[in-house]
Amino acid sequence: MGVKLLLDKANVPGIRTYEVYRREGGYRSVEKALKEMNPESIVEEVKKSGLRGRGGAGFPTGMKWSFIAKPEGVPRHLVCNADESEPGTFKDRYLMEFIPHLLLEGLIVSSFALGANDTYIYIRGEYAWITDILEEAINEAKANGWLGKNILGTGFECNIHVQRGAGAYICGEETALIESLEGKRGNPRIKPPFPAIQGLWQRPTVVNNVETLAAIVPIINMGGEEYAKIGVGRSTGTKLISACGNINKPGVYEIDMTISVEEFIYSDEYCGGIKGGKQLKACIPGGSSVPILPANLLLKTATGETRYMNYESLSDGGFATGSMLGSGGFIVLDEDQCIVKNTLTLARFYRHESCGQCSPCREGTGWMEKILHKIEHGQGTIADIDLLWDIQRKIEGNTICPLGDAAAWPVAAAIRHFRDEFEWHINNPVLSQTSNFGLQHYADPIHVPA
Amino acid sequence: MSEQNLFKVTIDNITIEVPVGTTVLQAARLIGGQVAPPAMCFYSKLQGSGGKCRTCLVEVSKGSEKDPRPMPKLVASCRTTVMDGMEVKNITSEKVLDARAGVVEFLLLNHPLDCPICDQAGECHLQDLSFEHGKSETRYEFQRRTFKKHDLGKNIQLHMTRCILCYRCVFTADQLTNKRVHGILDRGDHAEIATHIEKSLDNEFIGNVIDVCPVGALTDKTFRFKNRVWFLKPMDAHRDCPTCSGRVTLWNRGDEVYRVTARKDQWGEIEDTPDGQPGWICNTCRFDKKETSDWTIEGPREISRQSVIAQGHYAGNIGTTKPNETFKAVNDGRTPHLLMDIHDESEVNQPNIHLGKIQGPSHGDTFNTNNTHKA
Repeated sequence: MGVKLLLDKANVPGIRTYEVYRREGGYRSVEKALKEMNPESIVEEVKKSGLRGRGGAGFPTGMKWSFIAKPEGVPRHLVCNADESEPGTFKDRYLMEFIPHLLLEGLIVSSFALGANDTYIYIRGEYAWITDILEEAINEAKANGWLGKNILGTGFECNIHVQRGAGAYICGEETALIESLEGKRGNPRIKPPFPAIQGLWQRPTVVNNVETLAAIVPIINMGGEEYAKIGVGRSTGTKLISACGNINKPGVYEIDMTISVEEFIYSDEYCGGIKGGKQLKACIPGGSSVPILPANLLLKTATGETRYMNYESLSDGGFATGSMLGSGGFIVLDEDQCIVKNTLTLARFYRHESCGQCSPCREGTGWMEKILHKIEHGQGTIADIDLLWDIQRKIEGNTICPLGDAAAWPVAAAIRHFRDEFEWHINNPVLSQTSNFGLQHYADPIHVPA
Repeated sequence: MSEQNLFKVTIDNITIEVPVGTTVLQAARLIGGQVAPPAMCFYSKLQGSGGKCRTCLVEVSKGSEKDPRPMPKLVASCRTTVMDGMEVKNITSEKVLDARAGVVEFLLLNHPLDCPICDQAGECHLQDLSFEHGKSETRYEFQRRTFKKHDLGKNIQLHMTRCILCYRCVFTADQLTNKRVHGILDRGDHAEIATHIEKSLDNEFIGNVIDVCPVGALTDKTFRFKNRVWFLKPMDAHRDCPTCSGRVTLWNRGDEVYRVTARKDQWGEIEDTPDGQPGWICNTCRFDKKETSDWTIEGPREISRQSVIAQGHYAGNIGTTKPNETFKAVNDGRTPHLLMDIHDESEVNQPNIHLGKIQGPSHGDTFNTNNTHKA
């Protein structure tokens, strides 16, 4: 049984309300932070904790906070990125729906550390009912003096505003989120300038994921050094994993990043094994945009070591034989799943969600989808696989925001690890419409075109 | 300018000193020639433009004197400011040329390539770009994206199918007019320029969107299908305009003014007026003043020798001379002779034959075998 820091109280009845949350020890970190600490020492504590951004990129949060510009007389902002739209990721939803006050607590402490008086939660448009939950919680917190002017008599003012998005995946990218929050079209900005210098309304802004901000609460409560003892190496603390796909127990799990991938999938405490006693074929370990891994490379790294559920171990071997922890959307595929179809589904998603601002992403994502559609429906040629590889290579790294990379990686990884399945699809156009390639060669990493 | 305000930057092994805040693209344009990366969306007169088309990607092999690390990705040169001691590779980098070829392919993917009937042909940036960096064949085998027609009023024609979504016209409307009525609707590869619920663009300066458009998506309705640009003689002219600078280029054929545009420099951008302001022109100058008598002509416009527009030769006085050679002189004593009477070969022109009974058009074989008039 691993340590739980975020979801330990999630099952307490009525934890959603302020009274129960406060009785269970809520808002202690605000008292500690505002009365005993100052902004610099909080940032220092977060740096010591080794907390890394939970939204996908894994950038150290303390370092991000220390980059924020502090010009005289210009307000700063903290924005909470609750636009959780990555297919396979639903951890923030769980956190906000069941313990909304934990997020608010983290937001107040973080706002204090950054000197932000107006803090925004940009929430995914589809999470309409969670907006209500959050606003209810904000009202409760305000009524009890945790928000508004002069919190705890310290003179610190903090207001939290909830803003709903309108259903665009791209608005999860921090600069697109800021544009959308300003009421504009959600197009990512061209960086630099980074949001830490010019963000929301051209003011210094920090954008953090929901889980990152919630993790500030245990860091303040237990101290950064204690927090850093949980986990392993540079993957400190706990991580929420939203597991889905062909497993017995899909759901959100809090892990302490020391367990192996094998344990996570097969132990009864977590996913409980593959549904229907089938065999594991592949897995997308960190949300739809990270590279897919075949079973043999998932459970063990290319060098034969056990793979663990943490940032370093999952990305061991680079993209050639590794993947990423990403945002923690753990999608498991069993032997009956078709990789071509899976890749097509992802390509269709990225085509639909591309903002259309820069040409490689706008045109390339549509092209990839059409080719994959052709292959999936038995009309592909072998040359199409190489063409797909070439297209993804020309998208990756050449776009304004990471959506281009996110669209290119799944296609690249699918071809890299499952090229024989693509070839089988092409060579058996009729058979592939009714049956599956199955497990046949999935275990062999195959030749990769340069 | 003092010494400290100059940064040294090396682009393709050519070192140049530029003021602080200059972008890599502008520094490269100062060097000129092949070193300047192509730009489809960047427009130096429009604030905030650039970074979208990705044709100007360059490799930064050395960040600056202080931080010599190379940048991990290719960067958009139009939005990257130079640092002291920066080293940039444009055409000397394989990576850049490869990425650029990819971008050109992406830009042409859904472009209709209807240059033969496009008014922009001859002065189209995309045409130049694909000529320099594109391939002769496409690997795209699917149906190209098309759009419904949008009406933008009596002067401006929008042909959305040709658009490459550079956003230049959006910035133009934002920065030249008090209220923008057109913008980008939808997203991804189905994004389009449109006015929400069919409005016409009727601001006095909105005609400039035609000049900034790098392709033939926004064209002048008063000029559409009237002529090809390379048949016209561009001439600098001005008039005393109460709303704009009145400094324009007239595109004449003979005495007739076919169209009026702003003056463009070698990068296809609006030239500055002598007082340093961008020389945007108003709709009255552009659409309504189509008589030579409206204008004071300054002289021929200099056009790059590489441009197809320069193929229209000037003979004698511009626009006013008639050819002095007669048809007889051109024929040099030869007389035209009849090769074949088309009416003998084709049944179509014969009144007593029912059109439905005709087998098909005559073709080369018929001409070769039945040519009785051959000399």
